[in-house]
Amino acid sequence: MSDKNRNAKIQMARQFMAAIPHARDLGMELTELEGGVATITMPYDERLIGDPETGILHGGAVAALMDSCCGAAVMCHPSNPGGTATIDLRVDYMRSATPGQALSTTATCYHITRSVAFVRATAVDEDTQNPVAMATGTFTVEGGRT
Amino acid sequence: MRKPPEPVQVVKQRREAALAGLVGRVPYIQYLGVTFDRRGDELTGVLPFAEKLIGNPLLPAIHGGVTSAFLEITSVITLGWTNLWDDLENGAHEDATTFPRMPKTIDFTVDYLRSGLPRDAYARARITRAGRRYASVHVEAWQDNRSKLFAQATGHFLMPQPRSDTT
Repeated sequence: MSDKNRNAKIQMARQFMAAIPHARDLGMELTELEGGVATITMPYDERLIGDPETGILHGGAVAALMDSCCGAAVMCHPSNPGGTATIDLRVDYMRSATPGQALSTTATCYHITRSVAFVRATAVDEDTQNPVAMATGTFTVEGGRT
Repeated sequence: MRKPPEPVQVVKQRREAALAGLVGRVPYIQYLGVTFDRRGDELTGVLPFAEKLIGNPLLPAIHGGVTSAFLEITSVITLGWTNLWDDLENGAHEDATTFPRMPKTIDFTVDYLRSGLPRDAYARARITRAGRRYASVHVEAWQDNRSKLFAQATGHFLMPQPRSDTT
């Protein structure tokens, strides 16, 4: 892809995120969106703390990031004709995110049929070798033949 | 002789203070605007609709992540509250500023049954297994009709271990 093309795509991704009130409110930024793979980062935010004694983020905030990212991965899959909605999403919490660090999630839409998309995602903080959480989900494929 | 029963206002006030303490100290619960209605020991989570909770501006619909977070909050608070209840009734929990540590989520699986409308949402959690180390919870959320769930979830939680008495 040419630089110009890539810039246009990233611009589109930014606008897409800005159109979602909840994603905008949490400062989510889409950094990759190509062929069924999406990456979204979310800055550390004191409003999202789940444990006031340690400053660790609430699991729900991690789930919100995972859900957005998985949805974006489905939408950018070449075989997906339109929108999508979550059918089911499981999140495994492997460790606490380190307070003060941004979270980054990469989701892959690894299989898609006419009606269902299958997605996996991993969330990391600055210690990228030790995931904070992993997710598995199924999503609807809309606008396709049923 | 048996002690006379406590006045109802005293009991209510103690329970309300404990619940407010449990919920009020978590910034993320405040950010989403989640509150809890209490009837005896039964809790109902309430998520008042707000613009910032929207995930699909075209429908519009509540963000799936918000729905998931709301269900998880209801589960964790219900577990924490159930843990606290016996101490509260025995008068062992007098100080509303120190709380036991909250359960940690191991995994959480959400079924999205219909899209979350731009209305208030409600959730109730049922503890299906309360072990010493692990607990399982099933939680349901609805909006206008109690019988039409818009999401349900199951989760596993690691229970906080009691603070050691010897240290």
